[in-house]
Amino acid sequence: MTALASAPAGATLDVAKIRADFPILSRTVRDDKPLVYLDSGATSQRPRQVLDAERTFLETSNAAVHRGAHALSEEATDAYESARERIAAFVGADVDEVVFTKNATEAINLVAYGMSNASIGDGVDASAERFRLGPGDEIVTTEMEHHANLVPWQELCRRTGATLRWFSVTKDGRLDLENDPITERTKVVAFTHQSNVLGTVPPVEELVRRARAVGAYTVLDACQSVPHAPVDLHALGVDFAAFSGHKMLGPSGIGVLYGRRELLEALPPFLTGGSMIEMVRMEGSTYAPPPARFEAGVPMTSQAIGLGAAVDYLNVIGMDAVKAHENELTAATLLKLQDLPGVTILGPRSTEARGGAVAFEIEGIHPHDASQVLDDSGIAVRVGHHCAWPLHRAFGVQSSIRASFHVYNTLEEVDALVAGVRRAQEFFGVAP
Amino acid sequence: MKLDSMYQEIILDHYRNPHGRGLRDPFEAEVHHVNPTCGDEVTVRVHLSGGEGLDAKVEDLSYDALGCSISQAATSVAHDLLVGHTVGEAFETLEAYQAMVQSRGKVEPDEDVLDDAVAFAGVAAYPARVKCALLGWLAFKDAVAQAQASQAQTGGTA
Repeated sequence: MTALASAPAGATLDVAKIRADFPILSRTVRDDKPLVYLDSGATSQRPRQVLDAERTFLETSNAAVHRGAHALSEEATDAYESARERIAAFVGADVDEVVFTKNATEAINLVAYGMSNASIGDGVDASAERFRLGPGDEIVTTEMEHHANLVPWQELCRRTGATLRWFSVTKDGRLDLENDPITERTKVVAFTHQSNVLGTVPPVEELVRRARAVGAYTVLDACQSVPHAPVDLHALGVDFAAFSGHKMLGPSGIGVLYGRRELLEALPPFLTGGSMIEMVRMEGSTYAPPPARFEAGVPMTSQAIGLGAAVDYLNVIGMDAVKAHENELTAATLLKLQDLPGVTILGPRSTEARGGAVAFEIEGIHPHDASQVLDDSGIAVRVGHHCAWPLHRAFGVQSSIRASFHVYNTLEEVDALVAGVRRAQEFFGVAP
Repeated sequence: MKLDSMYQEIILDHYRNPHGRGLRDPFEAEVHHVNPTCGDEVTVRVHLSGGEGLDAKVEDLSYDALGCSISQAATSVAHDLLVGHTVGEAFETLEAYQAMVQSRGKVEPDEDVLDDAVAFAGVAAYPARVKCALLGWLAFKDAVAQAQASQAQTGGTA
C-alpha cells in the first residue's frame, strides 16, 4: 500500500451527524459567534463516545492496572489491554509493539534515551549494542520536523558525540531528496509522515528504502497522519513510529510508541521503576519484556481507554472517508486562499501528497494580529511557528497562520475562514 | 467591539511609524528577548548616565524588533515614556504598565503615569497577547539590570 492509502471513490460521511457528537462545536465564542474550530492540528475535539468511555470506566472499573488480584483490578487491566489491541490493529501493528506513553514527544524521547543508554553500555543485554552511537555516527532528520522530532535527536547527538544531518526543504515545500544526507555513517533517520505546517507527505517508502540500504533505523513522526488517514505501519516498514491521542479525537496525556518487536526487545529502558521490572533485588534488577518494559509506574488508564474509544469511533466512520472528507476541505481552502490577493500559502498548492494543514501569510499583517481578527469572528486557528521554527526560517518567515481540519469540519467553515482573512485585511487597511 | 479597544488608533500609529527605532551607540548593555510561542524578537540597548542605581538617567533606549503590531507599538511607546527619566521613574512607569496589562481589566490605568501607554489597557482582555505587550518593556528592564551589574563589577560609571 501507499504511505497514505487513497480513499475509494464516493466515500462520504454525514458531517451534521458527526458534529452532533461533539458538544464543544455547538458553543459560541466572543459575543455569541459560532465557534469555527480550525486548530485540530494542535489538538482535536473529542466526541461524547470518548468522554463517555472514560467516565464509564472511572465509574465502574477504575483500579491500578497490572497489579492486585481483585475484581476491579482485573476489569481495569482487561479494559487497558483491550484498548492496546484495538489501537495496534488501527495502525497495522501487533499488540506487543504498542507502548503507551504520555504523548508523542515522550515516545520519541523514549527511543532517543533508549539509544543513549545503549551508547553508554547500559543495555538490558548485549543485544542493545546495535543501538550504540558515538563520534563518527550520524543521525538524519529533516528541516520540516516538529521540534518533537528534532530536539531529542540534537540532544542524543550532544550526549553521544554523533552528528546531526538533515534533508532540506525545497521552495515548494517538499523534501529535497536530491541532496541526500544519508550515508554509511547514518544510524537513525527520523522524519515526519506529514508536516504539521505545510501538510506535505514525504515519500515514506523511499526514505525507508534509503535508510535500510545503509542499515539505519527509521523513526516516523505519525502525529499528523494517523488521525487523518489509513496508516499501516507494518506495510510502511518503519522501525519506530510515534503518535498522540489528543490529535485523533482522543484524550490528552496519552501517546503511542510503535516499535518493531525485535527492536523493542533489544532497546534499553528509558524510565524505570514499578511495573517495568521482572525481578528486583537490592543489588540490581531485571526488566520485563516489552511493552511493559517501557511503561514504568501506574499508567494513564482512563486515557488509554478513551483513545481506544476514539479509534472505535474513527473505525465506524472509516479512515478512507475521513481522508476523503479532509481532502475536500483542503482542496477548497487551497483554491480559495490562492484566489485572495495578498495571501501566500506555504507549501504545496495542490492536494497531491499532502494532508489537511494549510499554513499561509497575509501581506502586511503579522499572523498574531490576523488571528486576533479571526478570533473576533469566532475562528480558531494556530499562529506562530507551530513548533517548527527551522522550517519557518527555511521559508524566510518568522511565523505563519495555520488552518487545520478534522472529520467534523465543513466547507462553510472554510468560507468563514476566507471571509475572516478578508476582514483582517480590511481591519488593518491592507485590502488590495 | 473589543477588537477596536485593543487595536486603538494610537497603537496602530506607533506600529506604522515607530518612535526611536534602530540600534544606536553608545550603550552599556544590549539584550535579545524572544517570545518563544510566536517567535517575535526584540533587541534592546540602553544608555545610562550619571548617578547610581535608581538615580541613573536613561539617556537612550534603542531597539530593533520583529513582531506583531502590539509588541512593536509597545516598544515604541516604551521609548517615548522611559527615555529622559531616571531609572527609578522608568521602573515605576514599567510597574504601572505591567500591572495594567496583566490585570485582566481589573486595574484602572493612571493616565498621568502611563500617557500613551494607557492605549494598551485593551490588551488585558486577551491573556494570550500580554507577552506581546511586555516583550520590549521587560527587555528594557533586563538591559538596565545588566548595564548596572557590569558597571558595579568594573566599578566604573557611564
